[in-house]
Amino acid sequence: MSLINAPSPHTRERTDTGAVMRRVILATLPGLAVLVWQFGAGVLFNVLWAAAVALACEALFLRARGKPVGFYLRDGSALVTAVLLGLALPPTAPWWLPLIGVAFAIVVAKQLYGGLGMNPFNPAMVGYVLLLISFPVAMTQWIAPGQAPAPADSLALFLGQTPADAFSGATPLDTFRTWAGDAGALAEHGILQGVLAGRGWQWVNLAFLVGGLYLLARRVIGWHIPVAFLAGLGVPALIAHQIDAARFAGPLFHLFSGGAMLGAFFIATDPVSAATSRLGRFIQALLIGVLIWVIRTFGGYPDAVAFAVLLLNLAAPFIDYYTRPRAYGHKGARS
Amino acid sequence: MLGLFRKARQPTLVFDFPGGVHPPEHKDRSNGTPIQPGPLPAQLVLPLNMHLGAPAKPCVGAGDRVLKGEKIAEPVGAVSAALHAPTSGTVVAIGPRPIQHPSGLDALCIVIEPDGEERWVERRPVADPAALGPDGLVALLRDAGVAGLGGAGFPTAVKVTLGDHQRVAQLIINAVECEPYITADDRLMRERADEIVAGIRLLQYLLNPQDTLIGIEDNKPEAIAAIRSACAGSDIQVRVVPTKYPSGGEKQLIQLLTGKEVPSGAIPAQCGVVCQNVGTAWAIKRAVHDGEPLIRRVTTVTGDAVARPGNYETLLGTPVRDLLRHAGVDGERLGRLVMGGPMMGFTLHDPAVPVVKTSNCLIAATAEELPEPPPEQACIRCGACAESCPASLLPQQLYWYAKSDDFERAQRHDLMDCIECGACAYVCPSHIPLVQYYRYAKGEIRHQAAEQLKADRARERFEARQARLEKEREEKEARRRARLEANRQKQAAAQAPAGDDNRLADLKKAVGKASSTYKAAVKAAKTAEAQEADNAAELRARADQLKAEADRLKAELRDAKAGAPAAAPTADPLADLKKAVTEASSAYKAAVRDAKAAEAEEAGDAAERRAEADRLKAEADRLKAELREAKANAPAAGAPAAAPTDQLADLKKAVGEASSAYKVAVKAAKAAEAEGTDNAHELRAKADTLKAEADRLKAELRDAKAANPGAAVKPAPAPAGKTPDGTPAATPATEEASPTPPTADPEAAAKRQKRLKALKTAYNMAHKQYKEAHAALERAERDAGDDDQERLDALAAKVDKLKAKANHCRDALNALVEEAKADIRAHTGKNLKTLKLEAARAESALRQKADELARLRDTADADTLETLDAEVRALDEEAQVARRALKQAVEEQGLVEDDQ
Repeated sequence: MSLINAPSPHTRERTDTGAVMRRVILATLPGLAVLVWQFGAGVLFNVLWAAAVALACEALFLRARGKPVGFYLRDGSALVTAVLLGLALPPTAPWWLPLIGVAFAIVVAKQLYGGLGMNPFNPAMVGYVLLLISFPVAMTQWIAPGQAPAPADSLALFLGQTPADAFSGATPLDTFRTWAGDAGALAEHGILQGVLAGRGWQWVNLAFLVGGLYLLARRVIGWHIPVAFLAGLGVPALIAHQIDAARFAGPLFHLFSGGAMLGAFFIATDPVSAATSRLGRFIQALLIGVLIWVIRTFGGYPDAVAFAVLLLNLAAPFIDYYTRPRAYGHKGARS
Repeated sequence: MLGLFRKARQPTLVFDFPGGVHPPEHKDRSNGTPIQPGPLPAQLVLPLNMHLGAPAKPCVGAGDRVLKGEKIAEPVGAVSAALHAPTSGTVVAIGPRPIQHPSGLDALCIVIEPDGEERWVERRPVADPAALGPDGLVALLRDAGVAGLGGAGFPTAVKVTLGDHQRVAQLIINAVECEPYITADDRLMRERADEIVAGIRLLQYLLNPQDTLIGIEDNKPEAIAAIRSACAGSDIQVRVVPTKYPSGGEKQLIQLLTGKEVPSGAIPAQCGVVCQNVGTAWAIKRAVHDGEPLIRRVTTVTGDAVARPGNYETLLGTPVRDLLRHAGVDGERLGRLVMGGPMMGFTLHDPAVPVVKTSNCLIAATAEELPEPPPEQACIRCGACAESCPASLLPQQLYWYAKSDDFERAQRHDLMDCIECGACAYVCPSHIPLVQYYRYAKGEIRHQAAEQLKADRARERFEARQARLEKEREEKEARRRARLEANRQKQAAAQAPAGDDNRLADLKKAVGKASSTYKAAVKAAKTAEAQEADNAAELRARADQLKAEADRLKAELRDAKAGAPAAAPTADPLADLKKAVTEASSAYKAAVRDAKAAEAEEAGDAAERRAEADRLKAEADRLKAELREAKANAPAAGAPAAAPTDQLADLKKAVGEASSAYKVAVKAAKAAEAEGTDNAHELRAKADTLKAEADRLKAELRDAKAANPGAAVKPAPAPAGKTPDGTPAATPATEEASPTPPTADPEAAAKRQKRLKALKTAYNMAHKQYKEAHAALERAERDAGDDDQERLDALAAKVDKLKAKANHCRDALNALVEEAKADIRAHTGKNLKTLKLEAARAESALRQKADELARLRDTADADTLETLDAEVRALDEEAQVARRALKQAVEEQGLVEDDQ
């Protein structure tokens, strides 16, 4: 008999990175569904096309780097990047927008840094920011909630045939931003009068919250990042709103608008680019939330999840340095 | 906050530790059946190092019959435990066998073939442990081979020995058994709770703790109940801890039960805690109360591949194969064989390895149950490892550092505090064998520390060597300086104002000048004589004077030369004396010339001058005698064979005195004859008598010397025979002298000569060996490796030994040489140098006399000629004696002249 000779431990939790990634993708499905319901099939085209591009780029570069392609593709990390970026793109985006964004995310932000686990920045957010800066018009055109174009129109938009203007409408964040300080004007805009927050977007964020809670339940993510993220965003909003409700949107509006829930449960929780320790992650996510509120309120862009996440990705090593947990047996002074 | 909540909720105080995992327990497979006896295998294999610390030393040999419980190996050193025969039988071998080591190494084992009779050695149960006292109990535990049965196998006797200042706040009995699969302690507690408590009482007696706590995981309700009832009414507290791996880790359990953290790098005892496994407590009870050494233990045999999983009371040394067969293993299905638990155990590659004191579990798993580890994926920094780490480390950071060989940062992230529990690797979704990385990094760090140590040691060694060389150089220099200084001082003492080389050169020059002046004077005198010039005699006298001066200078030069290279510290008074003697004798000689010249001129003051010369002569003789005495006294302290020596010296002295007396008499007689006084004839007769006496003494001396070794073939009968009236006197002298010489001497000298030669060879060889060894050591030091340290030490020791040997040889040689020199001194009353000088002086005196004789042959009267002839003969004889003495002394002692 040939006995297995292996180091301890001899038993393992039956989980693997691929399973983790699959759960993440599964958890995005409610959000995807609501997005499609609210904004049409364009989101679906974006996600599927992004996934195809991501897998192709990943395979190409794994081969170029001499890595086993099949083995690494199965870890699903490229797919997660593609799905997250696809979800973040406007439903009116033509096909080349996801292509450029995903290719850049996979090739430059991930593979050129050494592949999974080595990238200092969240690849999806790198791709998103590249597109946002390079193609600001295409990236800020959204369809008015509830006025989803027919799938054929969405496909036409995706193929770049129909002018996107025909379907475009402002998001609640844009609207609030435009009319901030004018209580009367704000009240006139129906888009801001949702049950929770802005119309349409409240359901999108709710769906992502549901998906995020699933991830929490399955222990795919810890509670530290989402809680800190939402607190960082919500608490300043609450305080500011108490001071001047006309100028500053309330916490619920902030938490259920734009990419808040997607960012809190799916983007900021990317472990690779996050801080290491639990305390570090809490601090990092808290700062991401605060930064989002600051940029949304005072900055030039209507939403700020991508910027805030990337900026705090930069700060991760610094945060790690100061938040190392005290190891057992090291009470008292440490050098 | 949660901790406070838990404290409030739970009646028994239990803390928490961070991290931890909850692997499937699989304990129900083996904990349902009572402990069964294990098999009696065909052979028992008992490794000598089944405990932590120094391997035990076998005290039986192959072929010995042993009884059950008989000691078969003794503990060696402080941290060690004894070994006992688990059953009666025969020792069939003591040799290397595969053992339980993870690396699959072989180790020395005692192999016993059981006879199946189970005959016990006489057991000595201790009824009253208190009567034995703590020391006695500790000794008993050491002798009974009790070691930790939990995991590490640390000898219990060491763990329960406290320092004087040590206080134990908590004695913790580890009954957690947190690893999946294992149920050995569970069953033990269920079935033998009373014995365990008895063992705990013994530990309490030894350690005198403030609190005694038993920690049990809450997944063992029956065991908890059993222990609780056994502890009822005692001060032993049962603490139930929540099931979480690794709560049974020593540090984690301490944290759970006391809230204390053992400082990094410290042992629990340093914070007042001693941990003992529950199985060890049982073993302690058996050893003390039943007189039964540790020869068996309860081992869980479990896994999908065995038909009858359960707990077996196994004899130590039982091969795993036999135990598995006993439990009904299905060899076809066996995929992985683990000794210990699935989290921290190790796979066995060979089922022949024996069960040892620390073997708490055997998992015979199928390949499906514990499959091959899946391939390692990329770390996604998910942090699951950090959340599971009971030591609050950052496993993924450590993984990065280990992977990139950044050991310094790994250490700064407290890698060394990792307890290798495997929780991180258990939870890692990317299947990274984290523990393996940490073990690698730890090994490297230890290796580096060892390297550092080695480098430090090499540096120290190098510095020590440099210092040694420096010291040697300095010593050499000091010796050289001392030698120089001694020489200078000696020269300064011998010749008033010192001036080493210059002085020598000056002397040489002076000698050359004096001798050429003398030769010129001789020539002039001869010419004058041939022409029968008036001033011929004057010229001759002048030549003589010059000659004397030249001789004096020559003697001085010789002295200076002899004094220069000699390091031997000759006493200053000796040098002074010598100088005085030289001066006196030359003054005397000059006076004699003077007197002779006066006599020749028939000057009025001739007699006066002669008398003056005589006075000088007497003075010179006195000084000579004094010098001889001083020389004989000074270094003669250790001189052996003093008796014959003294005799010889006395004889010589007598000869000297006699011959000078004779000479004085001759002079007086001559003076009288020249003056034509009445008593001239009388004086002449007296001189003759004295001469005879002197000759007799000389002959005696010669004989005495001839009796000495080496002189052998060259006796001097001729000159003695030539002496007209010496012959009759010489014969009795010889007869007289014959019993005197020490007959044992030649043999002794020959022996010494041999020994000297042998010693010289030995010294040369030893010195050569030493030099070679030294060179080898230096070479080795240059390219030293750490593992060579022992070799280096050995080499250094060898060098030292050889050096000592060479030194010893040299000392012996020197001693022998000194002895030989002392012997020469003893035999002749002189040291070698003096002998040489004397020989040279005698030669020169002889030459001088012969010259005088040749010169006067035509002019002088028969009487004078005869006297001169006699004098020449006497001098010749003396010179010969001196030469012989020198040669003899040198040859006899086997000394080479440059020995000094």
